[in-house]
Order: sequence, then structure tokens, then C-alpha cells
Amino acid sequence: MSGFALYALRRLGQFVLVVLVGIHIAYAITHATPIDPVEQSIAAVTQYGNTSPEAIALMRVSLRELYGVSGDPLQQYLAFWRRIASADFGPSLSAFPTPVSTLIARALPWTVGLLLTSTLLAWALGNLLGGYAGYHRDNRALKAMAAVAMGLHPVPYYIVAFVLLVVFGYLWPVLPISGGSAMITGVSSGWSHAASIVQHSILPAASLVLLGVGSWFLGMRSLVSNVITEDYVTYAELGGVARRRILHSYVMRNALVPQVTGLAMSLGTIFNGAIITEQVFGYPGVGSLLVSAVYAGDYGLVLGVTTISIIGVSAAVLLIDLAYPLLDPRVQHR
Amino acid sequence: MNALKVLRDLFKTNVEFAIGAVLVGIVVVFALLSFVSPYPPLDVYLVAPDVPPGWPHVFGTTSRGQDVFWLLTYAIRNTLLFGIAVALMSRVVSLVVGLLSGYKGGWVDRVLMSINDTFIVIPLLPILVLFFFVMRDRMTSGWLAVTMALLGWAYDARLIRSVAMSLRHREFTRTSVFSGMTTREILQREHLPYVLPIVFSTTLNNMNWSIGLEVTLSVLGFTDINTPSIGGMMYWANQHTAMVAGIWWWIAFPVLAVMMVFIGLYLLAVSINEYIDPRSRLSRIGAGA
Repeated sequence: MSGFALYALRRLGQFVLVVLVGIHIAYAITHATPIDPVEQSIAAVTQYGNTSPEAIALMRVSLRELYGVSGDPLQQYLAFWRRIASADFGPSLSAFPTPVSTLIARALPWTVGLLLTSTLLAWALGNLLGGYAGYHRDNRALKAMAAVAMGLHPVPYYIVAFVLLVVFGYLWPVLPISGGSAMITGVSSGWSHAASIVQHSILPAASLVLLGVGSWFLGMRSLVSNVITEDYVTYAELGGVARRRILHSYVMRNALVPQVTGLAMSLGTIFNGAIITEQVFGYPGVGSLLVSAVYAGDYGLVLGVTTISIIGVSAAVLLIDLAYPLLDPRVQHR
Repeated sequence: MNALKVLRDLFKTNVEFAIGAVLVGIVVVFALLSFVSPYPPLDVYLVAPDVPPGWPHVFGTTSRGQDVFWLLTYAIRNTLLFGIAVALMSRVVSLVVGLLSGYKGGWVDRVLMSINDTFIVIPLLPILVLFFFVMRDRMTSGWLAVTMALLGWAYDARLIRSVAMSLRHREFTRTSVFSGMTTREILQREHLPYVLPIVFSTTLNNMNWSIGLEVTLSVLGFTDINTPSIGGMMYWANQHTAMVAGIWWWIAFPVLAVMMVFIGLYLLAVSINEYIDPRSRLSRIGAGA
């Protein structure tokens, strides 16, 4: 078997393991805790207004069947997997009778779009600037940037998003602070809709980029300052290779390899951040869906979003892993 | 005594460490003040609501009739204790996994690291939200701490493993093996002291991680929101639309406090890490690479 096939196979195994472990954690939480999710849902739904006892009893029976918490443990376990395998989490309680899978499919493109743009932007920007900062250690502007990155890096997503919300919502209201796009009534061109989508994504994307850039910047800076002490860099300098060329093709190229691994490893955390950011800015992605599902007591939707998140994030990690040999050809010869 | 001297030297020579230590120091003193608070932490409508900062309510009062200053002392104490609890509990798991994986190598290492990488990748927030959804009113910070400790050990286990791997081929390890020590004895008595410095810095980072998640969850109302915590304060402020009503001090002071915690702990962790890695220490003094 060739090196790449072996590598790909191993990564695929890791992907399957992540999905299995993640879904088992979800299963354990929903089934092994002494609290009955069905009763929780009923309590949440009947909290406001009055529902007749007969209706509640009926609801209990149908919810038990729907959520697969009827029957012995083995049956429950199999029913749980059957639902996940067929991506069928039943109808949503809060948006009855729309199926959970439809709701998620509607929200997913928003999250994927926001995450993809902001993560790639943060990663590219952070690595580029971090590379310069590691190479030109005495540059004042880059030093200041490092200090800012250090201060910003440990702050949680919620705080940054919230501060942006306050600044652009109350102090200097120039950007839309909530929603995914403006409601467009009547005839309008596709362009104005697209422009509105972009405009609405600026703040959430900015808060994600702002936080993401710092850690890539700091990571790249220390990687580059390690790489430039290598003999081959000194040799290239002595050989009169242009400094720009040394930095771009020799130093940053090599320092980028661990940063790709880093990207794969931090995707879960980035996804967590996106959930929060969406909630703060009322962005119509899976994050907002998850939070409103909890408020509405919609068990199927919460479980559906959790499962999709686990599968989605680990699939993205798999993609990065499979692209990794393009950057690091040593993988194929191991 | 030696450790104290190191800390004093760090404080004198390392700006990042000094800033971090001062920030964390302020926060800890603030948390300790909760023990002399004139108000009980759980009661509401004790003082006139919506009073702006001034005397005697230094940080103002909330719309729920609480004094922001004294409430914040409780909030910081609970939040810090939560972070410490998660960090200590998860250290046990990451130490066992990291040391064992690094020392044993081979298939033990491969299996453990596969599981380890799995926990690194899984998005934890949806899982914790699901946990809250199931627990609802029975959610306590204790349960949350245990759950987060069980989920949040993996990143540091990998770091500890990388140190442990370098110890594996050292002379003293071989001596211990030949003198008939069991794996457990070797890890506990021989390897553990070597990884302690890095464990210390990962503890700080892990505290940051868990506090960040806890703040996030409580802001959304997904924890026990009646026990004062920094995120809980922001949750109640949002519930009373404090920003729109102009009660900015209800939000600003908790945000300020939590930023001090994060930046302080982070700077401490970074500078201690730098101290552990002698190469970067040399470059700081200016002696070559």
C-alpha cells in the first residue's frame, strides 16, 4: 500500500472514532442521567399556558416513541443509532411539524459560510503577519500587534462579540447587529440580497476573525523565530538568497506545517465560538438554532444539532488531514 | 524556598509575568473580599435599584437591587473556584494519560493518543448545552465542573506526553526499571517531578478554558444562574436589558473583571512556559538564539 493510502486510511479511522465517541457521549448524557428528557420537554412546553391532562398524557406517549426512550436499553440504543443513521430526529417541537432535519439543513449553510470565511481569513492573516513578526523581530508595528494579540487571545468569544455589539449597536450604529440578511419585500435583484448578506455577516465574522487571528499570529511568530535559527536559513542568507524569498519560500513554508495541524485541532473550539457569536448577533445558523431549541424545550432539535456538529466538525478535520500531504510530502514516504 | 526565589526573579525580570501576577493578585484579593461582604449573595432587592456608581455603592447597583461591587466579589470567587476545580480534576486524567502514553509508547501510546485526539476535536459546547438541557433545574456548578473535567483533559495530556517521551530513554528511567520498580512507581516517583512545571502552566491555561466556557454557558442561562458567577451577572443584566436601559455598570464591571482573570492567567501561563523552555529564556537575555 502506498504511503498516502495508509495515511488516509488511518485518518479515516480517526474520523470514525471521533464520531463514535462524540455520539456515545451524547447518548450517555441523554440516557444515563437520572433525568427524563421527555418529562423535561413536557415541562418546558407546558410552562406557559394550560394544557389539559389528557393532552399531556398523549404527548408523553408520543414523545417516548419519538425519542426512543421506550423499551429496554438495547432497543433504546438501537433506536438511537437508527435515527442518527437516517438523519431523522423527528418533527421539531418548537416549529411543529417541520422536521428537525429540515430546520438544520436550512441553518447549516449560514454557519458553514460564516465559519469558512472567518476561519480562513483569520488563519491566513494571522500566519502572514505572524511570519513577518517572527522574521522582523524589531519592527515596532509588529511588536505592538503582538502585544494586542496577547491581550486579545485569551478573551472568550462571547465577550468580544458582546463588546462589538455594544460599540456598533449603541455607540456607533453603522452596521446591522442582528439577523442574516435584510427582509426584502417586493422585487429586488439578487445582488442587493447578496450585499445585504455580506453586510450582515461583517460583525459576526469580524468578532471571529479578531479572536482567531491572535492565536495564529502568536503561534506563527514563535514557529518562525525557531525556524530562522536553522542552519539552512543561515546558509541561504550567506548564499545571497533574497530575504523576501527566504522568508516566504523557506521559512514560512516550513513553519506552516504545524499550523495546519493546529487548524485541524482547534476546529472544535472555533465551532464553539461560532455558536456563541451567532447567538449574540442573531445570525440564523445552527448556533442560534441550538440556543433557541434549548429555550423552547425542543429535545429532538438539540440532539440533532449536537450530532450534526460532531459529524460536521470531524468531517472538516478529516478534509484538512487529507489535504495535509500536499503541504508536507514526507507523509507519503513514512 | 527555591520556587519562591524563581517566582521573585520572574517578577523582577519578566514584564509579562509581572503584569499577569498583578492582575491575578487584584482579582484574588477581590474574591477574598466576598468573605466580609455586608450583603448575603443570594438575596435580591436589598438596596435601591439602578443607582449609578458612587458612594456607598462603588460600582452602582443592579435592577434587582444588588450592590454590584459586593455581588462581583462573590461572582469572582465562585468563578475562580470553578476554574480551579475543573483544572485540578482534569489534571489527574491528563497526567495519567500523558505519562502512561509517553512512557509506554507502542500500541498503548497509539490507542491513548487516538482517544486523546478525539477529545480534542469534539465540539464541546453543543455537548455541554445538551447536558444542561437534560439536567435543567438540577444543574449545579459541581456537576458542570465534573463533566468539563472529564471532557477537557486531552490537550494537556498531549503536552505532558511529549515531555514524558523524552524521559523514557534517560539513564535514571533505565536504572529504575532494572531496580525492579513497577510502571506506576516509575511514573509517580521518577517522571512526575519532571513534568510538574509544565503541569502548572497547563493548569492556568485549563482554568482559562473552563472559566471561558462557564461564562459563555451562564450568559446564555445554561447553568445554575442563581448562584452568583460572572456569566450569571451578565445573564441577569441581559434579562433586564441593562444596556438599553443605560445600566452600563451592571455589565461593564463583570466584563472588566473577567478580562482581568483571562489576561492575567494567560500571561502567567505564557511566561512560566517561557521560563520552563530554556531556549527562549536565553533569547530574552540576549545570549544567542
